[in-house]
Amino acid sequence: MKFKTISRSADDYVPVANTQSARQPRNLDPDMHPFERAREYTRALNATKLDRMFAAPFLGQLGAGHVDGVYSLAKNPLKLGVLASGSGDGVVKTWDLGSHEEQWSVNAHDGIVRGLCYTPKSQLLSCSSDGTVKLWSPSTMSPLQTYHSLSGGGLMSIDHHYSEDQFITAGTQLEVWDTNRSKPKSTLSWGADNLSSVRFNHTETNICASTGNDRSIVVYDLRTNSPVQKLVTTLNNNALAWNPMEAFVFAAASEDHNAYLYDMRNMKRALNVFQDHVAAVLDLDFSPTGQELVTGSYDRTIRIFRANEGHSRDIYHTKRMQRVFSVRFTMDSRYIASGSDDGNVRMWRSVANDRSGIKSAKQRTKIEYDRALTERYKHMPEIRRINAARRVPKAVKVARNIKREELEAMKRRHLNYVKNSKGRAGFTPEREKHIVGVGIADKVAKQTQKQRRKEKKPQQETSE
Amino acid sequence: MEKYERRTGKLGKTKDKKLRSFLKRGDLKSKDAAEKAADAEILLTESNGYLEPENEMEQTYKVKQEDIVANVDLATANKKISLDLPNFGPYSIDYSLTGNYLLLGGRKGHVSSFNWKLGEMGCELQLQETVHDVKYLQNDYECFAVAQKKYVYLYDQFGAEIHQLKHHVGATHLEYLPYHYLLATAGTTGYIKYQDVSTGQLVAELRTKLGNTTALRQNPYNAVLNAGHSNGQVSLWAPNMSTPLVKLLSSRGPVRSISVDRSGNYMAVAGQDKSLKIWDIRRFAVLEEYYSPKPASSTSISASGLLSVGWGSHVQIWKDVLTRSGEKVSAPYMNHLLPGHQVETVRFCPFEDILGIGSTKGFDSMIVPGSGEANVDALEINPYSYATRTGRRETQVKMLLEKLQPDTITLNPNDIGKVDSRSHAERLSASQKQAEEEHQALLDKQKLNALPGTKPANSRLRKMLRKKTKNVVDQRKMRIEHAWEREKQARENIKRKAEGLEVKTTGAAMRRFM
Repeated sequence: MKFKTISRSADDYVPVANTQSARQPRNLDPDMHPFERAREYTRALNATKLDRMFAAPFLGQLGAGHVDGVYSLAKNPLKLGVLASGSGDGVVKTWDLGSHEEQWSVNAHDGIVRGLCYTPKSQLLSCSSDGTVKLWSPSTMSPLQTYHSLSGGGLMSIDHHYSEDQFITAGTQLEVWDTNRSKPKSTLSWGADNLSSVRFNHTETNICASTGNDRSIVVYDLRTNSPVQKLVTTLNNNALAWNPMEAFVFAAASEDHNAYLYDMRNMKRALNVFQDHVAAVLDLDFSPTGQELVTGSYDRTIRIFRANEGHSRDIYHTKRMQRVFSVRFTMDSRYIASGSDDGNVRMWRSVANDRSGIKSAKQRTKIEYDRALTERYKHMPEIRRINAARRVPKAVKVARNIKREELEAMKRRHLNYVKNSKGRAGFTPEREKHIVGVGIADKVAKQTQKQRRKEKKPQQETSE
Repeated sequence: MEKYERRTGKLGKTKDKKLRSFLKRGDLKSKDAAEKAADAEILLTESNGYLEPENEMEQTYKVKQEDIVANVDLATANKKISLDLPNFGPYSIDYSLTGNYLLLGGRKGHVSSFNWKLGEMGCELQLQETVHDVKYLQNDYECFAVAQKKYVYLYDQFGAEIHQLKHHVGATHLEYLPYHYLLATAGTTGYIKYQDVSTGQLVAELRTKLGNTTALRQNPYNAVLNAGHSNGQVSLWAPNMSTPLVKLLSSRGPVRSISVDRSGNYMAVAGQDKSLKIWDIRRFAVLEEYYSPKPASSTSISASGLLSVGWGSHVQIWKDVLTRSGEKVSAPYMNHLLPGHQVETVRFCPFEDILGIGSTKGFDSMIVPGSGEANVDALEINPYSYATRTGRRETQVKMLLEKLQPDTITLNPNDIGKVDSRSHAERLSASQKQAEEEHQALLDKQKLNALPGTKPANSRLRKMLRKKTKNVVDQRKMRIEHAWEREKQARENIKRKAEGLEVKTTGAAMRRFM
């Protein structure tokens, strides 16, 4: 007869000294792990609760802020720890993000500083409603250079080329400047009397886009020195931002409380609609990964959206924060800076419960495991409820309810209209509702050419 | 490999491309995980025991315990213990979840908890009251429950009484659901009661309506309680259902003992009619029926699927009886005789090749090679995690954090997180259904229907017209007048039909002017 019995030695499993860690044998037999799903769900629920418990998005304000409202922010794409802000009284400041202290402050302009941007040489360009652009080295108190806009009116926005020595400004028209010349190289316009913002595409570096007060978004190609495409929407757009990872994609902040994601190749339809704000969206910025989007709104809140989802994943607000006129992700996409009407520049965590301290391997594994679990069970009612719960200012809450009612009424009315139209009327997708029309420069040019030919032909015929 | 596979859903007609690729990726991941888990078997450090004949003449059931003791290593041989306790028996016994501790409860009031491996006494009590059953609760050995003459009492590891559970009257059987922190009791009153031992709340009181509960055992796979009754029925209970999930008729007399294997697939039920039925509890069908010479007093199924049956002074171990269907196993795997004893309880010790036997004259243990699970998992119930103080604390906190809610107990524990594909009407509870019906009835009543059956004077519409101020003509009045006209015509038509005259009807086009 052959015998064998289990004979484990405790010495193999129990640590002898306090300093030793216990052996961690595994046995993956499913029978050894009952209630797998229920336990996973419980863990996911705990993780979700902890996420909300540890959510503390507000880091603090930078220094003592500005005296007037902050209407422009700029991040340096080459340096992590600095941020520039421009205020309504013409003051430009730069901040050390590590210590939250002011680095440099200068009385830059006579009017509101509407646009700020860093050049690849880490110099600072500011533009203002007084119609000037100034180039600063953020340590000296006098500008390196001053540029005067030809258009006469104030300048609303500025952006620098990714690598070359040129920048663009938005005023009554789009002006393209060479950094070394005092006058613009060229001017571009398509319809709008005033442009509110311009942005260079940092991947396709010669492409830029602007938003104008004729409710348009125009895309320009600087190689041909001409506008390429134009999109007209139902309401004005306040700002736009290119996706740093997908060269064709940009997002625009609209007055109709939404932000929209577009593909510049086909603008007849938005790629995504970012809903949730209850007032006009004033500024937006992509995270450097292109995965997320932050928006600042007139409803005194900041919202963060995932680029492929329609509703915000988080809402940030404080009691004292007023209308948010500018928002920026930092270059490590971990923090968000916001400038608002109350003159403060605020720093936020982009993930509310994230902590920046060094994490051990165990902690990191745990965080990843929890994230996977919450993702897996996110549709469970309890988890969804906890995940979605946010304390929202009363004004926003009231506005949201009113807005919901109004939208429902509009929906109902349209439904009735469609019902009684005997098939003449239909439904427009949410992504197309706000689009009035799209113009393509080539087409326009061809059409005008055709027209000209048509006009010419009869003349020739008569002459023959 | 198959053992580790988790059943994944069918893609079917999922049209959404994103969802489809997401599901496909999930399937691939799960397949990959199964493969890796199967590969990881090579890392298992221990191997299970066995008892095998070397030639055809040898029979495993003829092997005596003395032979085994003589042939195994000293550590294992020392695990066979025998306690002579002739005065307070018969003894019901319970091993702690890790198998390190043993709890004895003598019918006449002797309760003792001790680490049987190290021979360290935890506590010993003389309750001077009938003890029906004993059960270890949370944190391995730190707390245990005793079903006494009238109530159930909780004691700590030093034997101090911490609680008297006054709601649990007349309990004779105790069960503990470790992942849910629930103590379940059943007994003479016919109630099954669940007490949450972490919060102290009484979670559920279920009235079985089947009289005396004669056996109680949990299904370790889904935490459903299997209760045996004196009419031979076995009923399955979950705390969130006031009626049994399933009722089975197993024996022609009272049920004596129930045991369920750890995969939750098989159940062995012993009855007063000497029957021992093996049930497949996925299909609720009897796989095989065996008989014992005397009614079995206790049964137990080991981690490897060995079935032990105690009857009279005998203990028999059966192998392959659960999995083999259609072909009866003719001979037991092992036999054991306790001369002069009456076997009261048999329990396999977790993670060991040991069977504990509580009898009228004390406690005996028996070495059963191949009964236990050799490989422990450090992240599950782990016999070695309790060896150090930090280990004990950590296990305690982890278990508490992962405590499952009582309402997650269902027949299929994998239903959690799945989509309920039943329609709205099917999903509604009885009360919701009733509320909906009432609401519908109210809506129907509010409609102004012409009722040609009633007399004109009693018509609801007429009454309404009478009540209405004469000189006010509003929308509602016009509507009622139209309905009243229609009703009058319907009444007229009934009359005409009875007289065999032609029925006046207005066409659909004209009806709108009525």
